[in-house]
Amino acid sequence: MIAIVDYGVGNLFSLKSSFGSLGVDIVVSGNEEVIRSADKIILPGVGAFEDAAKKLRATGLDAVIKDEAAKGKPIMGICLGMQMLFDRSLEYGEHKGLGLIKGDVVPMEGVIPKELKIPHIGWNALCFNGKSSKLFKYINEGDCVYFVHSFYAANCDDAVIATAEYGKELTAAVEWGNVYGCQFHPEKSGKVGLAILKAFCELEDE
Amino acid sequence: MITKRIIPCLDVKNGRVVKGVNFEGLSDVSSPVELAKYYSDNGADELVFYDITASAEGRALFTDILCQVASTIFIPLTVGGGINTVDDFERVLNCGADKVSVNSGAIRNPKLVEEAARKYGDQCVVLSADIKRVDGEFKVFAKGGRENTGMEAISWIKRCVDMGAGEIVVNSIDTDGVKKGFDLEMLEAVCNAVNVPVIASGGAGCKEDFVTLFNTLDKVDAGLAASIFHFGEVEISDLKQTLAQNGIVTRLI
Repeated sequence: MIAIVDYGVGNLFSLKSSFGSLGVDIVVSGNEEVIRSADKIILPGVGAFEDAAKKLRATGLDAVIKDEAAKGKPIMGICLGMQMLFDRSLEYGEHKGLGLIKGDVVPMEGVIPKELKIPHIGWNALCFNGKSSKLFKYINEGDCVYFVHSFYAANCDDAVIATAEYGKELTAAVEWGNVYGCQFHPEKSGKVGLAILKAFCELEDE
Repeated sequence: MITKRIIPCLDVKNGRVVKGVNFEGLSDVSSPVELAKYYSDNGADELVFYDITASAEGRALFTDILCQVASTIFIPLTVGGGINTVDDFERVLNCGADKVSVNSGAIRNPKLVEEAARKYGDQCVVLSADIKRVDGEFKVFAKGGRENTGMEAISWIKRCVDMGAGEIVVNSIDTDGVKKGFDLEMLEAVCNAVNVPVIASGGAGCKEDFVTLFNTLDKVDAGLAASIFHFGEVEISDLKQTLAQNGIVTRLI
């Protein structure tokens, strides 16, 4: 069973439906025991980093996720959920993340060429840069996925398994041991996105 | 690099997809769920659903259909029509919509854009503007293009972007339904005024119209159309091949 962590951030309808369409047993929950009993954990999130991090801490689930990650349980953060896996975010101030992956979340503004619009929104191609990941076993380099974000993960080169070109190579997906993250929305990325979720579901405990 | 998006638009009334020509004379086309799945399987990058129902029963039916669509296809969904309050945002977002498009509701109450952007984020709020030339000036029209608001369109769009609109659908009433191509002059004026994604709507008659759109106006992010897709005059997969041959990058499936 896969637990989608419900901590009051974002809309979980599509994520739930996409796992449902794969025939995977899922539960959307903010309950510690339910999350601990799941085989795998999905950490979703949209909106502002500070607000989401506060809400996650308020539920006490941040400690649960860290604990389960340390036990080797596969965990995947999606969009803001991915950003929260890092040490810290510089989105309007400086905020602490879960620290499961070394790196910072930083603004695109001032880093990408001025003529490019922020947020980075739309379908963009994945570059693997010679890396391979079990997450991508059903997809190909160059496949497009759907992004919506204004901040991106930096200083995390060792964990990056895919980038997307938008004035510079932006972190698109990360893997660090049993901890995974997608900056894009697999649940909104058509067949390619579903194939990534399917691959995650098939991961074994480390 | 980010790809150009092709977006079919589905006008839904009483649970069925309809498309008006110049906003009048509706004809029943097909089932929203079937059409959505067809488009998703054939390369649509996003879908826009406009609820053009006036009654409460129709609205409930629309919401129900939206849930069905959102659990069947996994590409971004934008919903518009009858969005007047933050509660209306909530209603459609809970059914799986990713973005909400406001038009007359924002004209009546511009604060709606600001409130919704603060609550759901700029990326969630799409401003849809129906624009027509009146005495050589771009004017914003309300109520499905029937009523001239008297507002100048470019300043209206800029104001909405300042309040948090994260994307603009520019629908030219002058070219809508005419099938002679997008309104490049109007689109250029909007692109030069804002730095959020601009979606061109109104006037697509053939594949070449999309080639002209993207080759002429690099800043346009997406092309939206309805009837040419619904009636099979243009197949999206085919359109994307033509765009690729002309050096325009789209998501190929």
